[in-house]
Amino acid sequence: MRLSYPDSIRIIRLPCTGKIDVIHIMEAFEKGADGVYVAGCLEGECHFIKGNLRARKRVEYTKKLLDDIGVGGERLEMYNIAASDGPRFAAVAREMHGKITALGPSPIKKSL
Amino acid sequence: MSTKTPSRLEKILASGNLAVTSECGPPRGSNGDTITKKAEMIKDYVDAINITDNQTSVTRLCSLAACIRLKLMGLEPILQMVTRDRNRIALQSDILGAASFDIFNILCLSGDHQSFGDNPQGQNVFDLDSMHLIQTVRYMREEGKFLGGDDIDRPPRMFVGAAVNPFADPFEIRVPRLAKKVAAGVEFIQTQCIYNLDKFELWMKQARDRGLHEKVYILAGVTPLKSAGMAKYMKNRVPGMDVPDEVVERMSGVPKEKQPEEGIKICVESIQRLKEVEGVRGFHIMAIEWEEKVPEIVEQSGLFPRPKVE
Amino acid sequence: MIVAERKPIEEIMGFAKNCKKILMVGCNECVTVCYAGGRKEVAILASALKMAFKKDGKGLEVTEVTLERQCDHEYLEEIRNIVDEHDAIVSLACGVGVQFMAEKYLTTPVFPGVNTRFMGVTEESGVWSERCQGCGECILGQTAGICPISRCAKRLLNGPCGGSTNGKCEINKDLDCAWQLIIDRLKALDRLDDYEEIIPIKDWSTERAGGPRKVVREDLKQ
Repeated sequence: MRLSYPDSIRIIRLPCTGKIDVIHIMEAFEKGADGVYVAGCLEGECHFIKGNLRARKRVEYTKKLLDDIGVGGERLEMYNIAASDGPRFAAVAREMHGKITALGPSPIKKSL
Repeated sequence: MSTKTPSRLEKILASGNLAVTSECGPPRGSNGDTITKKAEMIKDYVDAINITDNQTSVTRLCSLAACIRLKLMGLEPILQMVTRDRNRIALQSDILGAASFDIFNILCLSGDHQSFGDNPQGQNVFDLDSMHLIQTVRYMREEGKFLGGDDIDRPPRMFVGAAVNPFADPFEIRVPRLAKKVAAGVEFIQTQCIYNLDKFELWMKQARDRGLHEKVYILAGVTPLKSAGMAKYMKNRVPGMDVPDEVVERMSGVPKEKQPEEGIKICVESIQRLKEVEGVRGFHIMAIEWEEKVPEIVEQSGLFPRPKVE
Repeated sequence: MIVAERKPIEEIMGFAKNCKKILMVGCNECVTVCYAGGRKEVAILASALKMAFKKDGKGLEVTEVTLERQCDHEYLEEIRNIVDEHDAIVSLACGVGVQFMAEKYLTTPVFPGVNTRFMGVTEESGVWSERCQGCGECILGQTAGICPISRCAKRLLNGPCGGSTNGKCEINKDLDCAWQLIIDRLKALDRLDDYEEIIPIKDWSTERAGGPRKVVREDLKQ
């Protein structure tokens, strides 16, 4: 399909979003990411049954943590995108890019 | 039954008359007149008056001080005492304080949890439970001793009561629980407000089957409903309260201004029906912030005038 | 196990505010099982604190260590030679571990990273509930194996109170009435008659009321 998405986005591949842990997201921010989003399969379609549902809960927990330390939970999001849905993948990437651009650089990065 | 204390309530019950008690909640302040005014309203219509002990865990003037005020008016107080706020030292001490003013009746309760009141952050004590408090008062009276074993100079002479709720869950242990209180030494019972008369009659029958009605005086609790709203609140919000739909419907079925009158009518009808239930030895009329209606309920129920005792 | 919960980050930040280097110590026992103070929680908290400091233009170094236990000398000794390099210790163990740490390392401030809640069980993943208050005189043999001291809001030894509704406690509809559970179990054991035995007034001197407690086994003592 050759769809383009913003080149600010760096993809880290996981076998399943259920593999993601709070500490992975925290470390991404610690290392200077301005935003993070987790792209999981559609709800109800996880190959491992609940991986993406678990990921969403961890994302919610981490958002709260980011709020608590003043980084801002809005810099983190969870999306559900079907593996075959290229156009939605690109649309989400643009949406997140737009949102983070509007928020500006992470307060951590500023002081790095 | 012969009497064991100088309690007027006990004498009336022992003489076979239906007893009538009511209750007054102390004020949220130090104005003692509030309690004496409430008592004035009802004094000729009841045999004894309960004074609640920080009911629903809301801080109020203490039950003991309010009981002393009644006693000084020449009335017969029933000291309500909950185990929530005091340990066994304070409970025994307050029992002696009451006994020093010749307060001859006590109602032993565990008390609502403090989370319902104005100090939900407070500690609770529950050193004893209501069963233990019954045992404690009886022990102090019969043995003339403190729980610690030392002798009491002039032991308390108190007629010992407790509350039961025939409607709380699980229903199957409601009668065994009464039996347990009887075994602990309780002498009179005031029940939770009765709106579900069928269920109460079933409970009473089970109590009779075990002969409990001959071991303890049971006063049936009634509370007049002021409005349909109150009926719904009691039904839905008050733990352990059983208000059947037909009672709510009957209250809702009359115009708002007629609802208080309907509430009194239901209350009087309940008393009339409960009078016929074997084992019911009197009534405890809890007119919540509506004490002025007690005389009319007592009169309409044919319970006036009150018997005179020595 | 002892169940704990992480303290609010803000409170921990307050403890660490004048520090440049802290030692964050997890515990591999109970607090690991309840996800409050194990290796993983140490890593997350360390990361969060570092970021919070960085955001304010300050640096914070965090040394992460997770010990087998914090309630035994031998494990606490493992950090002896690194403690002095730090301005403070944040212990993610229960209150027992935090105190034992403070007793051992007298010149380094020790702060708690968790609130210790109760002794309880994992009801299901992510849900813990209380089962024991350590009263020192177990009555489970008389109460069909269900403890009214830890599970009844009024600690009634002879319950239930009048507030028991549909098997739930009057203070919270999500809380089982301990006495309903006891009665159900007595029934299942065909021992409902036992309900009528009055459990006597309790001697609370073995509980908190009797002052700090101690167990001594002469046969094991050095």
